[in-house]
Amino acid sequence: MSAPTLGPVSSGPAVSGPVLDIRDFSVVYRTPGGDVRAVDKVNLALHPGEVVGLAGESGSGKSTLAYGACRLLRPPALITGGSIRYAGRRLTTPADVLKMRPEELKRMRWREIAIVFQSAMNALNPVLNVRDQLVDVIHAHLKMTREEAHDKAASLLDLVGIPRNRLRSYPHELSGGMRQRVMIAMALATDPEVVIMDEPTTALDVVVQRDILAQIVELKETLGFSILFITHDLSLLLELADRIAVMYAGQLMEVGTADEIHREPSHPYTKGLLNSFPSLRGPRRDLAGIPGSPPDLRNPPPGCPFLPRCDYGTDACTSVGMSLAKVSSSADPNHVTACPFVLPDTPRPPHKIRAEAPAAAEEVTS
Amino acid sequence: MSAIDSPEAEFLAGADRAPAMEALALNKDFRLSGRHILHAVRDVSFGLYRGTVVALVGESGSGKSTVARLLAGQEYPTSGEIRLGGQPVDLSGRRAFRHHKSEVQLVFQDPFASLNPVHTVSYHLERPIRLHQGRKTRAEVNHEVDALLEQVRLVPAGQFSGKYPHELSGGQRQRVSFARALAAKPSVLLADEPVSMLDVSIRLEMLSLLDDLRRRFRLALLYITHDIASARYFADEVLVMYAGQIVERGPAEELTQRPAHPYTQLLVSSAPDPDNLGSTLRTGTGIKTTSNGTRPTEAGIPAIGCLFAPRCPLADDRCRAEYPVPQQISPTRSAACWRLDIAASQLTGPQEQRGGGDTTG
Repeated sequence: MSAPTLGPVSSGPAVSGPVLDIRDFSVVYRTPGGDVRAVDKVNLALHPGEVVGLAGESGSGKSTLAYGACRLLRPPALITGGSIRYAGRRLTTPADVLKMRPEELKRMRWREIAIVFQSAMNALNPVLNVRDQLVDVIHAHLKMTREEAHDKAASLLDLVGIPRNRLRSYPHELSGGMRQRVMIAMALATDPEVVIMDEPTTALDVVVQRDILAQIVELKETLGFSILFITHDLSLLLELADRIAVMYAGQLMEVGTADEIHREPSHPYTKGLLNSFPSLRGPRRDLAGIPGSPPDLRNPPPGCPFLPRCDYGTDACTSVGMSLAKVSSSADPNHVTACPFVLPDTPRPPHKIRAEAPAAAEEVTS
Repeated sequence: MSAIDSPEAEFLAGADRAPAMEALALNKDFRLSGRHILHAVRDVSFGLYRGTVVALVGESGSGKSTVARLLAGQEYPTSGEIRLGGQPVDLSGRRAFRHHKSEVQLVFQDPFASLNPVHTVSYHLERPIRLHQGRKTRAEVNHEVDALLEQVRLVPAGQFSGKYPHELSGGQRQRVSFARALAAKPSVLLADEPVSMLDVSIRLEMLSLLDDLRRRFRLALLYITHDIASARYFADEVLVMYAGQIVERGPAEELTQRPAHPYTQLLVSSAPDPDNLGSTLRTGTGIKTTSNGTRPTEAGIPAIGCLFAPRCPLADDRCRAEYPVPQQISPTRSAACWRLDIAASQLTGPQEQRGGGDTTG
């Protein structure tokens, strides 16, 4: 990989403050049955060189948040408020993504913020070979001659460890892991500062997954971009991410460093997620999972959205305003939780205090 | 989930009973274009016992789903025998095939694809009831549908029987798939990645439901998965498959805590480990390439010798020349590897019989 075509951005002067700052961001989906509040006043910052993990179950709004941050949502999705401040090194002044004009957006997308999409098989064009798809991206966002673009495509494959003779391969001729690597190469084609990764390894085997994650981390360190990593697999994030944001029903439940989330999860939902996956190592634990299903976001219940599934819930939870507050017992000053009642050392109640779960929770076990 | 019971004890107790279903030296070859032949399943033998869970673990393309399809009678083996209740399976006629289906049922991975979108939940359940449970009146069938829905905890049953698949969540659809499999009143249930399409938070619930059904109906359960951690919690015996061959087998806790085969060791070390805070991922030093520069995960399957040799750090000349046969490690464990003396040196000592369960860290 030659330096002039894809120089590391980390060599520049240290920028203070986040490279991407999402503030009070809200998205609704307009449906005949009413507005679905998919993302509700979310605050999240991504600092240069940082890996922020966004965890949550399907339907929690994590992908909507990430795509919304690039204004990639189409109707019926509607951004109803907030600001997204992008402060990349190539920009002289920070810009609000939500106020950009179409041509500014076009310059920003992929050049500044690139996305690795979830399903590589669907995101790649089945009738174009790998080189043509990479060259497409390069031509769309960078000024290069044909020859330069071809060289660049080849060097991008080198970067992600795919032999150059695969340039003429079509997506169906590649293994799942290779396809995902092509997606990563494509995202890195324009030397972006922020890479959003939407479940990049979910469909892959553990061995391939680990291989690709290690490569992502290595590339991040040599090229110096920041990653917003979306997944439902919290166990993966604990190992990979610097900070983790746990999302539920369109709101952030807890944000903290991976170590804090692992050691002292504060929100009952985070605790539930941590207790949801079987661990290979250590003694066998009693696993619980989280019975029930997320609330209907057309008519969100008052108070805490997690209340119907919460083991610690009290009557006060129906009236509490959801805002992230600092976890006082935590060593990390930026560790915040949306649950004001449960501290890490709160004993689990002997039985559930709350009334029977509402009918919306259809997954309830008898 | 039977997190506190000792699965080994259950497994050992089950070993002296007659297997509900048995695979004996199964082979399945697929002819590809030209003269290429894909050996999808190689010399696979194992038994399924009523009331116990056998997990078949392997990466995609390892042949684990093909094993399920062979057992279910969806494919014919190239060679080898399948026995059901001690008798060789006969799929020659419609009646014989239907009998086989009433004893052996499959649950598929994707609940979005395995239910017909134009039919209601009750239609999905009525069909197998009428096919496999003999003549019944309308009222009896309805009663049976409600009972099935209650067994998979879709309650109140009346609320679900009239729904279409698109009105259900992924977990609910998979429950319908379970109910449909149970409608035939099978003795063997083959679950092909039953939870991998579901959200992490409801996977456990589904596995514990499966575990509950397994106990209640004394099902012989084959749990196919790529997630070896869930096999540790859910299964009694674990079979690890690589390129169509069972490379290691043993009681779940023992095998996952002290893997003997280098491939099993790779699987175990690749699983996300939240406790590993000094992770190789954080420091970015995790990439290893083989001597010829290809990534180990992209290495192919050799024509001769050990199938895993190109990716194996211990492979020597013998591994590249001779196909390894399973070697007994203990009465319940075996691994197909020529280098077990090094790969499983901690297991070959005489004092190491049991006791994976109390290892910490």
